Amino acid sequence: MYVAVKGGERAIDNAHDWLAEERRGDPSVAELSVAQIREQLALAVNRVMAEGSLQDADLAALAIKQARGDLIEAIFLIRAYRTTLPRFGATEAVDTGAMACDRRISATFKDLPGGQVLGPTFDYTHRLIDFALAAEGTPPEQPGPEAPEGAEQPMPRVMEFLNREGLIETPEPGEETPRDVTREPLELPADRALRLQVLSRADEGFLLSLAYSTQRGYARNHPFVGELRIGTVPLEMEVPELGFSVEIGEIALTECETVNQFTGSKSEPPQFTRGYGLVFGQSERKAISMALVDRALRWEELGEDDQGAPAQDTEFVLYHADNIQATGFLEHIKLPHYVDFQSELELVRKLRRESATRPAREAEECA
Amino acid sequence: MTQDAYNFAYLDEETKRMVRRAILKALAVPGYQVPFASREMPMPYGWGTGGVQVSAAVMTPEDRFKVIDQGADDTTNAVSIRKFFERTAGVATTTRTEEASVIQTRHRIPETPLREGQILVYQVPIPEPLRFLEPRESETRKMHALQEYGLMHVKLYEDISRHGHIATAYAYPVKVEGRYVMDPSPIPKFDNPKLGRSAAIQLFGAGREQRIYALPPFSAAESLDFEDHPFDPSKADHPCALCGSEDSYLDEVITDDAGGRIFVCSDTDYCETRQARGYRGKDAA
Repeated sequence: MYVAVKGGERAIDNAHDWLAEERRGDPSVAELSVAQIREQLALAVNRVMAEGSLQDADLAALAIKQARGDLIEAIFLIRAYRTTLPRFGATEAVDTGAMACDRRISATFKDLPGGQVLGPTFDYTHRLIDFALAAEGTPPEQPGPEAPEGAEQPMPRVMEFLNREGLIETPEPGEETPRDVTREPLELPADRALRLQVLSRADEGFLLSLAYSTQRGYARNHPFVGELRIGTVPLEMEVPELGFSVEIGEIALTECETVNQFTGSKSEPPQFTRGYGLVFGQSERKAISMALVDRALRWEELGEDDQGAPAQDTEFVLYHADNIQATGFLEHIKLPHYVDFQSELELVRKLRRESATRPAREAEECA
Repeated sequence: MTQDAYNFAYLDEETKRMVRRAILKALAVPGYQVPFASREMPMPYGWGTGGVQVSAAVMTPEDRFKVIDQGADDTTNAVSIRKFFERTAGVATTTRTEEASVIQTRHRIPETPLREGQILVYQVPIPEPLRFLEPRESETRKMHALQEYGLMHVKLYEDISRHGHIATAYAYPVKVEGRYVMDPSPIPKFDNPKLGRSAAIQLFGAGREQRIYALPPFSAAESLDFEDHPFDPSKADHPCALCGSEDSYLDEVITDDAGGRIFVCSDTDYCETRQARGYRGKDAA
């Protein structure tokens, strides 16, 4: 006698209960608060906001807590929540040139108006585990409240210096409102605005590896970090009832502009070209990666050769950059597939039966 | 946030309207893959987000909803999706094919013939039947536009020359109304004959790939084949061990560690209904 297994429903409920218990961990250890995550795991929060395409630090911190620190899972929570939010309108384009910078560096000039501002960077830390941090409860040494040098002076974009000499290409500002990849299906060909949108919410690891591949020769584009700036910009929005723009808040951004080599063509004098990266929050690894990949994807409009490199392949890059799509589809192979497997099983058995009888038949035919 | 904070069936009305427009277009051009602005849903891509969005768009409070995965109502993901709509739409649910007005399915078509007024919603992982012959979407869209399906026929022919049979056992392509080649989602080819001339509306949703396509009621869906190698909707050559059915699709269940196995209906509602009517297989309780 055989009774089919039932109880998927109860198994799911039990799994959820166990998950909640595991998420909490040892109850004798104090529970993390959302504020602690927001303040002390800020870069994780930034990544979740950037790839979740939703600027809300508290919600991102909560998602990280709920996801047990699995950032892709947290991004997924944010994306699913984002689906339910109405869209009121669009802000004015932000002016990153007027950014209140925490960090601003250029690798192409030793010094420049506004200066090089290192800001809160890991760059020159020695990567030595700081065991002092393990001693809980000791407040870190607070440096005096000293405004960073150059914070008050304007920081013009490095690209503008090159522009004055006409040494770098100047993209014409488009009149068209860019397509919105979160509200329209992604259809090819994708213009640069659409590509940049996809890259901005793309998986950091995927972009990093693609960018790295261009550096190793798969569509090398000789990038210099013309400028990397991190800081806050005000967001302005025109409210129809008022008829003018009002500031509705500010967001933190990381912007990277690369200066890339270009030899020129018959019609164009030799000129540097650009790659561009812009990401929510402090996220410079991703902003630089994005600029390199952006530049690689521009081969066609700049009249370069298609080297067949992955980073040059718009369809390949755009269709595989989203970690929520990728992780969902990858993990769906855990779901039952026994109906399909059964049909394959029948087919393989049939083919094997036939191949077992075939030699005998062929021998008969020869005889 | 409470359940009440979400709109009926989770999606806001604007989004549902966008999905409905895509569905109407899909019904107007049978078998054609309509791009739609698929949203992130609270379940992962690849787990039925396309089907869930289509179900949400067509669902009304009066509907009676059924979800099957591998033919069964009690598989974990079917349970999960059914619960989702119980929570967000508050619709009545059922496991009975005959009682359901909207049926969301993964990998099967119910054995019980569908009737007029029912909607069958398929979850689709890869909507493009030509995808594994040509990975580029920009190319495959052109191939559909030009009705350039030679590559598919060559693939089927090569299967026959190599194996003696067409080596596609599920997601077996069909030609819709003599025009578009369509992927019927990974249903076993045994189910293919149920696709054509069905009285129900059949909608296919691919969330991650952002495509919706449809078979309007009573439209033709011919499984691709050759005159000398006609399409063969094969299945395991056994009766169901529980209900004795000779003509339903069967799952093979391993019963012990000595190679013992039995074959039972994959469609649990069909099997239970038959048992309730007194049909018995050799291993029935």
